Amino acid sequence: MRAEEFVELLKEAGYNFFTGVPCSLISDVIILLEKDRQVPYIPAVREDAAVGLAAGAYLGGKTPCVLMQNSGLGQCLNALSSLNLIYKIPCLLIVTWRGYRGKDWPEHWVMGRACTGLLDSIDLPYKKLTPRNLEEAVEWSSKVISRKRIPVALLLPKGVME
Amino acid sequence: MRITRALKTIMEMVRGELVVAANGRISREAFTLRDRPENFYMIGSMGLASSIALGLALSQPKRKVVILDGDGNVLMNLGVLPQIGALLPPNLLHIVLDNEVYGSTGNQCTISSAVGLEKIARSSGYLVVKKITEEKSLRPTLRQYLKARGPVFLLAKVEAEVEPKGIKRVMHSPVEIRNRFMKSIGSKP
Repeated sequence: MRAEEFVELLKEAGYNFFTGVPCSLISDVIILLEKDRQVPYIPAVREDAAVGLAAGAYLGGKTPCVLMQNSGLGQCLNALSSLNLIYKIPCLLIVTWRGYRGKDWPEHWVMGRACTGLLDSIDLPYKKLTPRNLEEAVEWSSKVISRKRIPVALLLPKGVME
Repeated sequence: MRITRALKTIMEMVRGELVVAANGRISREAFTLRDRPENFYMIGSMGLASSIALGLALSQPKRKVVILDGDGNVLMNLGVLPQIGALLPPNLLHIVLDNEVYGSTGNQCTISSAVGLEKIARSSGYLVVKKITEEKSLRPTLRQYLKARGPVFLLAKVEAEVEPKGIKRVMHSPVEIRNRFMKSIGSKP
């Protein structure tokens, strides 16, 4: 999918507050969000700070989306477990899946293998994105968020975004 | 300055402001002194009171947001200071009660005795920065800063002490804290 279409998809699903830390796999998505006049994109200093920022935005009435690389997922565990999951403060996490099937640089090998187990360990619902399931997956994220009020992750391997 | 006296003064002076209280004694004592729906008590996620408050200030630009932070919390998420300085939310008042120790875990030292947090805030771009050490200057300073255009950083140096008896745990469940806080703003969970 093209970055423009993906941003529109997220906005149409109701996500109206964006923050995160960039990854090259979603470089164009973040650049588009930075320029977007309808929704803010707030660059965060670290992934857990982005999750905290998104939590504040949710309390203030927004439906937030946090973008990050899976290398930052471990950083978020305390925020997710001792803030979002117990207060029922949702957000959509778009997490790029570096190291997917081991095809990446060495710094991504371990987290590439571990990231789904990490999400399983805190019972955080997630889906792997493919070029074909983006619309369905974003719709699913909205449904889970409105039903359970907890964060949901969409894992995005290389090749999903054009 | 005693922590309890400082928190009592602050909690007496807030009106409609949204208060985000850092985890540990700050949340528990704010709850004990003056529980109100506009208080968001953070019971975990150490370091993130400032980030939560920033997200709140950006999404509720008409409401004043007060952060009740501690030195240990600020040091854990120091990057948020320049983030606030870069975004310049005018409705943010960041109060740091600095006792130079991790009070809730038994007064182990932080590094804030050697690092001037007010200097970091100033170079991070906060519009107004002040350090106070005397209890008598807290009330007049707050009177001014609760109305001031922010972001404002107020560092209050407080004594490290053994936690007095009678400070309760926050009795509301996390979901209750969220619900009443959001209701007080008029946003829906």
